[in-house]
Amino acid sequence: MNNFAYSRAADVAEAVRQIAADPGAKLIAGGTNLIDLMKENVARPTRLIDISRLPLSSVEDTKDGGLRIGALVLNSDLAYHPQVEARYPLLASAILAGASAQLRNMASTGGNLLQRTRCYYFYDTATPCNKREPGSGCAAVTGINRQHAILGTSQHCIATHPSDMCVALAALDARVRATGPGGERVIAFQDFHRLPGDTPHIDTNLAADEIITAVELPPEGFARNYTYLKIRDRLSYAFALVSVAAALDLKDGRIQEARIALGGVAHKPWRDREAEARLKGEPATRDTFARAADAILRGARGFEHNAFKIELARRTILRALSQAAQATPQSQSDKRIAGPTTAENRSGRPQ
Amino acid sequence: MTPTSVAAKSAEKFPTPAKLTVTLFVNGVERKLAVAPWTTLLDALRQHLDLTGTKKGCDHGQCGACTVLVDGRRINSCLALAVMKDGAQVTTIEGLAQGATLHALQQAFIEHDAFQCGYCTPGQICSAAGLVAEGRAKTPDEIRELMSGNICRCGAYPNILAAIESVLAGKAEARS
Repeated sequence: MNNFAYSRAADVAEAVRQIAADPGAKLIAGGTNLIDLMKENVARPTRLIDISRLPLSSVEDTKDGGLRIGALVLNSDLAYHPQVEARYPLLASAILAGASAQLRNMASTGGNLLQRTRCYYFYDTATPCNKREPGSGCAAVTGINRQHAILGTSQHCIATHPSDMCVALAALDARVRATGPGGERVIAFQDFHRLPGDTPHIDTNLAADEIITAVELPPEGFARNYTYLKIRDRLSYAFALVSVAAALDLKDGRIQEARIALGGVAHKPWRDREAEARLKGEPATRDTFARAADAILRGARGFEHNAFKIELARRTILRALSQAAQATPQSQSDKRIAGPTTAENRSGRPQ
Repeated sequence: MTPTSVAAKSAEKFPTPAKLTVTLFVNGVERKLAVAPWTTLLDALRQHLDLTGTKKGCDHGQCGACTVLVDGRRINSCLALAVMKDGAQVTTIEGLAQGATLHALQQAFIEHDAFQCGYCTPGQICSAAGLVAEGRAKTPDEIRELMSGNICRCGAYPNILAAIESVLAGKAEARS
């Protein structure tokens, strides 16, 4: 790690003043991603501003009946929070699908949103990477790209966003509260992370001098018909090849509202609102779900090592929607994939 | 360019910040130490306090060998800065036994032959102590899932699972 200076902020206003005054500085809370990147020489801040002691660790009801999650609430505390378990089990499940118990005890809510991609080439300072070194090129496009994106890519970057929690937050239409020198603002979750385009070095629309203070959930938590289904190369403690957060509002077997967010396939948690809207009023059947999966993936493009993800994503969407419709959400400890075992499933079962 | 000018240039770019005084309550004992901002909790324990029971495996939060309990909760000490833990209670493998009496998990790891080379064992046991305190794991599947942050390259997993199960069963029995 390079040398750096260390300071603590006494309150949010002081943290904003410190970060605004020092372009070489970075905020640190849990540090699970930032310290790793600093050890790899990918992140080289000249100062760390410790915000871990700011009073942003509470979970509170909002006036509209939703939930406000302080930016410093630990991932483990959030996953096991009684309100989250009861009203937003999709969020609890997604958090528990990610990282390890130790990391969830350190990682913060705000930090989870701001974690960087785990693209090998982003981490390897001996290779070109437009995200790490704008203009240097992308080694992943022609390299080992098994983990990489199939949706929303650009010629400049095919990295994926690594978070599981953010996939659930996208499905739930969360909002991000941020404070900067100009005051506070609210960012819709879909507008928080960016697609790579020709500026892959900019992951989010949060300004460099802004601090996330909270994530807010709307009242609807889809606590009855939901699932978080994560498919990966080993059964635990691995990033998603494909993950799906699915949530349904059903009435008499017909879909009133559907939410489908994908992880592991794009530079941000991926949602297709058009495909979701087309599910309204449709029967909750496999045919309906298959049409939705095809619609979501119609623009997908594979690279040399990850083309399998397109079919994997199709099957994972299909299975996740079935799990949600039948109120049999995927367990994050029993690794058998929940759901009906029809002939089609047995032959084409995503493992 | 002479070595001196390289050093001078580097010093200009990254002026060496002064060491910071940190107080840690390690295994119940108050320890004051002066550390650089970039000293991890793991390095503070091993190199400043000579508590080498906590192991450095990957140093990137992937293997769990560095697991310790901070304020009662298991974390990867390799990804924590010592300065950020000022005032914290830290429990390492050296702090689990009560005098000559081993911690129940230490005893269970011996009885179940839950290690081979032993390098991951301090982290496994501290992680298991965190798991027991959390009270979330009840089934073998849940134990395996919530211990997945601790890698054992000797592959002692079945016996590690058995050791933790026996301690959880003992606790359940003590409650009934």
